[in-house]
Amino acid sequence: MKFLILPVASFLVCFGLLAPVTAKNSEDIRCKCICPPYRDIEGQIYKQNVSLKDCNCLHVVEPMPVDGKDVEAYCLRCECKYEERSSGTIKFTIIMYLSILGLLLLYMVYLTLLEPMLKRRLFGHSQLIQSEDDVGDQQPFANAHNVLSRSHSRPNMLNKVEHAQQRWRRQVQEQRKSVFDRHVVLS
Amino acid sequence: MSNGGGASSSTHLLDFLEEPIPGVGTYDDFHTIDWVREKCKDRERHRKINSKKKESAWEFTKSLYDAWSGWLVVTLTGLASGALAGLIDIAADWMNDIKEGVCLSAMWFNHEQCCWTSNETTFAERDKCPQWKSWAELILGQAEGPGSYIMNYFMYIYWALSFAFLAVCLVKVFAPYACGSGIPEIKTILSGFIIRGYLGKWTLMIKTITLVLAVASGLSLGKEGPLVHVACCCGNIFSYLFPKYSKNEAKKREVLSAASAAGVSVAFGAPIGGVLFSLEEVSYYFPLKTLWRSFFAALVAAFVLRSINPFGNSRLVLFYVEYHTPWRRKSTRFGKYPVLEVILVAAITAVVAFPNPYTRQNTSELIKELFTDCGPLESSQLCQYRSQMNGSRAFTDNPNRPAGPGVYAAMWQLCLALIFKIIMTIFTFGLKVPSGLFIPSMAIGAIAGRIVGIAVEQLAYYHHDWFLFKEWCEVGVDCITPGLYAMVGAAACLGGVTRMTVSLVVIVFELTGGLEYIVPLMAAVMTSKWVGDAFGREGIYEAHIRLNGYPFLDAKEEFTHTTLAREVMRPRRSDPPLAVLTQDDLTVEELQAIINETSYNGFPVIVSKESQRLVGFALRRDITIAIENARRKQEGIVLNSRVYFTQHAPTLPADSPRPLKLRSILDMSPFTVTDHTPMEIVVDIFRKLGLRQCLVTHNGILLGIITKKNILEHLEEVKQQVEPLIEGH
Repeated sequence: MKFLILPVASFLVCFGLLAPVTAKNSEDIRCKCICPPYRDIEGQIYKQNVSLKDCNCLHVVEPMPVDGKDVEAYCLRCECKYEERSSGTIKFTIIMYLSILGLLLLYMVYLTLLEPMLKRRLFGHSQLIQSEDDVGDQQPFANAHNVLSRSHSRPNMLNKVEHAQQRWRRQVQEQRKSVFDRHVVLS
Repeated sequence: MSNGGGASSSTHLLDFLEEPIPGVGTYDDFHTIDWVREKCKDRERHRKINSKKKESAWEFTKSLYDAWSGWLVVTLTGLASGALAGLIDIAADWMNDIKEGVCLSAMWFNHEQCCWTSNETTFAERDKCPQWKSWAELILGQAEGPGSYIMNYFMYIYWALSFAFLAVCLVKVFAPYACGSGIPEIKTILSGFIIRGYLGKWTLMIKTITLVLAVASGLSLGKEGPLVHVACCCGNIFSYLFPKYSKNEAKKREVLSAASAAGVSVAFGAPIGGVLFSLEEVSYYFPLKTLWRSFFAALVAAFVLRSINPFGNSRLVLFYVEYHTPWRRKSTRFGKYPVLEVILVAAITAVVAFPNPYTRQNTSELIKELFTDCGPLESSQLCQYRSQMNGSRAFTDNPNRPAGPGVYAAMWQLCLALIFKIIMTIFTFGLKVPSGLFIPSMAIGAIAGRIVGIAVEQLAYYHHDWFLFKEWCEVGVDCITPGLYAMVGAAACLGGVTRMTVSLVVIVFELTGGLEYIVPLMAAVMTSKWVGDAFGREGIYEAHIRLNGYPFLDAKEEFTHTTLAREVMRPRRSDPPLAVLTQDDLTVEELQAIINETSYNGFPVIVSKESQRLVGFALRRDITIAIENARRKQEGIVLNSRVYFTQHAPTLPADSPRPLKLRSILDMSPFTVTDHTPMEIVVDIFRKLGLRQCLVTHNGILLGIITKKNILEHLEEVKQQVEPLIEGH
């Protein structure tokens, strides 16, 4: 799986660097002015899509609820903030997250429900029990086998994937035993 | 074979065995690394590269690449951590709001973003807009009324339960190591322990995905600890791209220290706090070089997160309060059914949290609201004070004012929220989903702080002629700020739980940007730590490590007993004698028998059974790999072959099979102490050098061995002997 690291890593790096550069929608900027209650006028919030230099009380607060000489006093109490967001990033992130979640769910359903059914139908009951057994790590030389056989390359790609999947499944089973059955991470 | 032939074949063997055997020098799962050996390997590699540097331009470039690869790994880790943290933030916020409703105009916006451009928001209700529909509105068609309240309640519970169920299923099926916070295990890994798969790709992916689900389900947990785990996974994965780090476990741990700094930095937006957290809480050895790299990683990660985060800066304002929660481990009655446990806790949390607005909202938002001082621009329930002056002067100065009915209602709800959060946090930490406890602890402290702050504020208003208030408060001027009390409370609570000191103060300072709050914060954190230490010396991470039985030798504890090395060494009087190997007497069959019958990690090699003088130390794993390799690659190695650890083969009869030389795997410089060495010095040696085992000699003759596990057992024994004595008095 080492060859997968580089493309995934570069993807993450690109996501990190390019996200802020995505096109600025005109809807993605705003100037928000919060004006507290003044005399008998109740508090109000004003929003407008203006740029940074126009983000002040005079441009944003429309229609002005007070006239003439009170405008300055009213505006002094208002607080205007310029805010930006990137809706493209949000959309991209949510869609990517949901698709990965969906894929994982499908894979989980496949692993827990479909695969045992398929295996049982194809190979019969005995094979299923055999594949569930753990490779005993009791013999010290089994470990040596694992270490040295990693250098042997299988010619067939499908065999490689199958082999990797079996190894991964064994590891997960070990982890599950440590975490769920023994309540400790270590033995 | 004649002697002459033997000599020539032995020189042939010499050349052949100079090549390193593949697999020697690696470690088994759940074993401790040998820091000294790893550092030696690294120095050797560095020497080799430096010596070749002058040969050609290519070699020079390689040496430059080698020198800079550290910075490259750390940069990549920072980038990946920042990107993942941004993804987690965005996704968690969105899924959190899905429990309440949907944004019809753009499904991917959460509540705040949906109403971002709308002009229907008012001063009093800043969240209302027509584009955001609650579930009751969508399903029943009406937004108000008891029917829609019940429908909203029901949908809230449904979503919370399904998120929690999904999270625990994914963890159980794909990566069981993704559960919990991860910081205690990372502490153990950084002290030299190997847990294969704990920082792997599947763990990373599942942790990221299920963290979002767990946070969104409303459970009382935070994402800081898991973010440290995520960052360390990134660091581990990137270190495999560079042989300098992938082949050397000690160098890899430098990268992991920097990665954990990046993790805290993105969790809080506090780079310096992250570095200090890595130094204080997580790392075991922290050389100066790691300090710079950690800071760089933290900075890169914080920068990436800030540039991705589309919501702008989220700053929390903090207050002070003294609060300390004692930690109690929950009973594991439900531990046998992890999925059921998670669903039950999620159900209880959802059912109780919905009615109270302070528990229904996101915990981070709650903290932010509690930290914010009430000004004229705030309209929340907590800020509904009664104004006793008229018209224009009402809100300019923000003096002490009597609380309005809104504040009293808020106080009641906050009290209930406090009790609820304390109980639920205790049960939630330890569930089989990714869970952190920074934010829940801070929330508990902040709630308590705000309650105390408001109480003191009202006290100051109604009794402004008391000595305390007359001295410090002028009439008409604000002197008690409840937000500050909440900040202190949050810091003190977190400090009490984890026993962090400097890093906590810096994190809180970076969160709030309030330089003037540093002194009260420091006072609160120190007091909280002293109070906590009076009850028990361990922070929660040390307690977690001890309860799970990890072999972690704490560098902070003092060893003050007067035992000697010979009282701790193995074999004890009742044990079988020490399993040793002789340097040229054994056959392959005998060696395999010794390895199969015992379960020791390594064997001392002595000169001969008559003179028990020490030659070196050989590890079990290396021996098995070397024997396997020899049987595969060399002809003539049979069960009767002699095994020798010396430079030259022993003299053998003419018809004996080819001998096996294992000198390359022998450690010729094992650490030894005499049997009269005080244990204080032995423990110090183990801590400072990171040893796994140490041999004990007497007058130059090998007596026994002390391993790290023996030291940990001895520390436990000694502690238990001392404590009953103290309680007896």
